[in-house]
Amino acid sequence: MKKTTYLLMAVISALFVLSWILKAGSLSGETDNYVIQGFLITFSAFLTLSVLSFLYADNPLYKFAEHLFVGVSAAFWMCMGFWTTIVQNLIPRLSDGLSSFFEVPPQPGDYNFFFFIPVILGILLLMRLSPKGGWISRWPLAFIIGTTAGLNFVRYLRSDFIKQISNTFVPLLGTEWQGIGHFFSNLDLSASGQLVTMAANWVIFLGVFCGLIYFYFSKEHKGAFGAASKVGIWVLMLTFGASFGYTVMGRISLLVGRITFLFRDWLEIIS
Amino acid sequence: MDNIGVIISLILILGGLVTLLIRSLQAREVDRRIIFLFIFLAVAAPILFPMTFKEKATQVVKSVFDKIENLPEGSTVLLSFDFDPAMAPEVQPMANAISRHCFEKGHKIIFMSLWATGQALLSHSLSEFILPGFPEKENLVDYVSIGYKAGNEGVLNVIITDIQKMFPTDVNSVPLDSIPIFDNIESCKDLDFIMSIGGGKPGPKEWVLFVGDPGDVPVGVGVAAVVAPQMYPYYPGQIVGILGGVKGAAEYESELIRVHPRFAEMDTPGLRMMGPQTLAHVVIMAFIVIGNVVFFRGRRREKKE
Repeated sequence: MKKTTYLLMAVISALFVLSWILKAGSLSGETDNYVIQGFLITFSAFLTLSVLSFLYADNPLYKFAEHLFVGVSAAFWMCMGFWTTIVQNLIPRLSDGLSSFFEVPPQPGDYNFFFFIPVILGILLLMRLSPKGGWISRWPLAFIIGTTAGLNFVRYLRSDFIKQISNTFVPLLGTEWQGIGHFFSNLDLSASGQLVTMAANWVIFLGVFCGLIYFYFSKEHKGAFGAASKVGIWVLMLTFGASFGYTVMGRISLLVGRITFLFRDWLEIIS
Repeated sequence: MDNIGVIISLILILGGLVTLLIRSLQAREVDRRIIFLFIFLAVAAPILFPMTFKEKATQVVKSVFDKIENLPEGSTVLLSFDFDPAMAPEVQPMANAISRHCFEKGHKIIFMSLWATGQALLSHSLSEFILPGFPEKENLVDYVSIGYKAGNEGVLNVIITDIQKMFPTDVNSVPLDSIPIFDNIESCKDLDFIMSIGGGKPGPKEWVLFVGDPGDVPVGVGVAAVVAPQMYPYYPGQIVGILGGVKGAAEYESELIRVHPRFAEMDTPGLRMMGPQTLAHVVIMAFIVIGNVVFFRGRRREKKE
């Protein structure tokens, strides 16, 4: 490493320790564990700044934060998987002895021989780690994919297909249509009014219709068919634009969260 | 002081943007880091010098609000915290606002989570934000937390017919059959309203697919902004309403304050976050305009040559 890198590391370490001391000092009257709390807040701020430093350029601090995050996440999910799935869901249904060992309440009524099947499948899944027996792990994987597909098929067919088609059949004149005279004499421009409802229903109908035409490739997109296809592209673009807008909003919210943390919890410059 | 701070920040940002426009028109390159700096300033300035905007609930948010508002007192509402710390800044404000609203209306709340990380956030929310405003609310009588259970959609598949089969106890190991809230609740079909707050998988979409549609239970969703467009096709046929990102939270908070003015004194993070949101969006739009101006000017110059 270059001399400047060492110097930079030393400065960052000194700033970290200084921040820790100051933070612990400011917390000393509020909590008993002020040294640990001071360290945790300072370390969180350090990691936040390390991740944000990537915006300037890739650097060792960013890499450290990234690797730490990946490592901690992997460890966390492994522990959660063991304690919440194997210990809480499986063991109480297998044996009294194991239940008392792990201090989870046994469920004698639920004892069932069939719970050994997931145990065996789980062990077979770990065969992936074996260089010679790796192929065995394909069997439990096939079982997982098959059952997931089977369970989800009915749900998706009902909610994402049949109900979605049904939702597209909207009354183009609104649900309260009582003739053109009644419509104009009771013209309501509010969001829940008949005019807006009608407009919204027309947008849904034309949007779906033109969007489907855009994806129909068995006929050349010319004339009225081509015009409808162009409307379909516009509908798609507007949808992608709305998604992008929402994505930007989401990312800004996360940045707001981090900056608020830095200003409020770490630097204490806002209340 | 705040107003002066806001004005100085706006002048700085506006001045900077004009300078950038001039530089771009002179065909001088703008480093991407300058853009990051502007976004940082646009977000940081309204946090330091709070800027608030008036919000009005749109129909899609108001539908959720009206549903909770119009439920008879003593109704049972299930709130599922299906999110992790990364999503929390966006969805935590709506979770807090909805919980407060339910308590205010005298509904009984069952808290749960389909995400392992949701349980810790749920406990934190309850102790830090929700319960301090309702000291009279009693655990197991007015609310209960049944916590997290591994199994993703499998959990929903079971609780649609039998909650106790999946959650024999609450988070404190109290058997569900001894908890008064569950006296008349056997499955999700017996609930008056379900609100899923999240944005990943399993989350709001799975609640619609595995509980709302098959059980014919009214489901409302509060989602991270990224997921909101994917939920719109379900509205209003399959879901009651949608709270999309921090904007949805801000709209809900404003409606809550309008109908129940006592909440004006409570923390409203959704409304607070709309200041940085608005300014950051203005800056992003300004950059889009600058980029387009430079692009079309350059193209016209090329055509002339």
